[in-house]
Amino acid sequence: MSILTTQQLTIGYSRKGKTDVIQSGLDLKLRAGELVCLIGPNGSGKSTLLRTLTGLQKPLSGKTLIDGKEIIKLKQLEKALLIALVLTERIEIENATVYNLVSLGRHPHSNWWGNITDEEDAIIREAIEMVHLSHKMHQNINELSDGERQRAMIAKALAQDTPIIMLDEPTAHLDLPNRVEIMLLLHRLAHKTDKAILLSTHELDLALQAADRIWLMSADKGVECGVPEDLVFNGSFNRAFESKAYYFNASNGNFSMNYPMTKKVWVSGDKTRMYWTFRALARAGYAVMQDAGVQIEVTEAGWLLNGITISTVETLLHELNQQFVDI
Amino acid sequence: MKSRSLILFLSLSFLTVGLFLADLAWGSIHISLSEIVDVFFRKGAEGINSEILLNFRLPKAITAVLAGASLSVAGLMMQTLFRNSLADPYILGVSSGASLGVALVMMAASVLPVAFVSSGWALIVAAIIGASVVLVLVVGVSFKVHNAVSLLIVGLMFGTIAGSLVSVLQNFSNPDAIKLFVMWTFGSLSAVTWSYMQVLFPVVLVGMSMAFFLQKRLDGLLLGENYARGLGISIQQTRFLIVIATGLLAGGITAFTGPIAFVGVAIPHIARGLFRTSGHRILLPAVVLCGASLLLICDIITQIPTYTLPINTVSALFGAPIIIWIILKKR
Repeated sequence: MSILTTQQLTIGYSRKGKTDVIQSGLDLKLRAGELVCLIGPNGSGKSTLLRTLTGLQKPLSGKTLIDGKEIIKLKQLEKALLIALVLTERIEIENATVYNLVSLGRHPHSNWWGNITDEEDAIIREAIEMVHLSHKMHQNINELSDGERQRAMIAKALAQDTPIIMLDEPTAHLDLPNRVEIMLLLHRLAHKTDKAILLSTHELDLALQAADRIWLMSADKGVECGVPEDLVFNGSFNRAFESKAYYFNASNGNFSMNYPMTKKVWVSGDKTRMYWTFRALARAGYAVMQDAGVQIEVTEAGWLLNGITISTVETLLHELNQQFVDI
Repeated sequence: MKSRSLILFLSLSFLTVGLFLADLAWGSIHISLSEIVDVFFRKGAEGINSEILLNFRLPKAITAVLAGASLSVAGLMMQTLFRNSLADPYILGVSSGASLGVALVMMAASVLPVAFVSSGWALIVAAIIGASVVLVLVVGVSFKVHNAVSLLIVGLMFGTIAGSLVSVLQNFSNPDAIKLFVMWTFGSLSAVTWSYMQVLFPVVLVGMSMAFFLQKRLDGLLLGENYARGLGISIQQTRFLIVIATGLLAGGITAFTGPIAFVGVAIPHIARGLFRTSGHRILLPAVVLCGASLLLICDIITQIPTYTLPINTVSALFGAPIIIWIILKKR
């Protein structure tokens, strides 16, 4: 069931009579229990779309509807009961514990005095439990690692108890293990809590693995929505990230660089080793082709080139270089 | 409430009461505790000590409590609103506005009726008008600009303009008027008589009530304006209410006592350090008690030398080292 829909939404900026349209005619649907990743090159309007969907910014035309209500017409407090936000800005609060931070998420629900009742306390603890921070519940947030801090912010959004959570680049500034962990966490939360979770990200490979659905934005071709694999098969990724310097490699879901490859070699043998050998060869400008004159065989111990056993990639590249100089 | 906070609140309350009594007892004439009890609880006590106590020291001590509490609460709100630990109630130009009003009355006195200028009300009315004008301008701007830092800079600019106008006035004034003005800038707690108290007290009460009413929103603002919006807080309205409350508290106090520096910036830090929290439900009463205590201490110190020191210099002597300590600790 879709919670949030847009109808012919046009986003952009309007200042002093000058309008700057960033995307137009968007018909998007956000469903409960799904993790949706919003990806696209810089400048394609990811932030503008998020700001518009959350009602922080007015659309140039069209509507965003949540539960049939138009978001821009809702009061601040009504919005806060529908959408919880995790933003990119780093928060600095003196003397605040994880518990204190997460309890701020209860803000829209509590009375004006802001008491934490037993019921509220249970919700706060559950939110902290869901992001696996229970052991740090009473630790100062300034003492957390970046990954833990981001999880605390997600707990705050969970405590807000909204059907929708939107996150602006939640994996930025994190190292790879933490990026993977946050994505997995969000995927699990979407399925477990039946919330709709929308996030913008630059992490294409992570998004392809974790997202139930992808909203792929490109500067002039609008937003394409679909299950990640479908977008790979129909070539949408290639079109969205078109460039001379690299291409979207559909065989591994990564971007590959377009190296000028002039020298031909052929490689055979063990799969894992071959993958990394291909990468090294591509970087050095070798095209791997079946009918090539130079043959490399991947073995247990390394590589076999013209009957010589080689144990490191460095030596292999050096030897190959010698061969092609001789030719 | 955690037991640590409870113990701190109890100790601070006792400290404040103790300092309040000490402030009554201390002075050029020492009045013993039993005499104080006599004056307050036995009807018909008369004499010079009773006169000093009831009409001089009591309003002065109450003013110290009100001023310390008001400036600290205003400072706390400013620091939260601007998310800047060096913000204080005067950052929006409140004191410069009040100074300008006072300077206008003192130095342009020749065009005003003598009876009005010589009464204490003239300065107070001028200070309130001056502070309000700057504040109204800042509030007006607060609806136009979208982030707190710009508002802070605009406030500073208004303050600078008012300060320059004061300098221009000084340039054209006679030395007597300048001396009178300089004396006002030193600050004084003893200028508040009972008749002034009838105005000051309600003003402070309204400002304080607003601050306590805003405590939940102030907590939300700790996350910054964007997150606060996401929590359902109306930023424009909240900012407007904070500016008004600050104006009432800081503007009201400044009008009656002259500018008292550093209390507003230093006390919130002391309270945060003592109570180890950023939650306003604890911090607001905490800064009230800490601020009242600090200003009572300052007032007692001003009485130690035979010639009474100006309160502003004493509070600055306390406040400046605290600010230096904050900066060193933050590195």
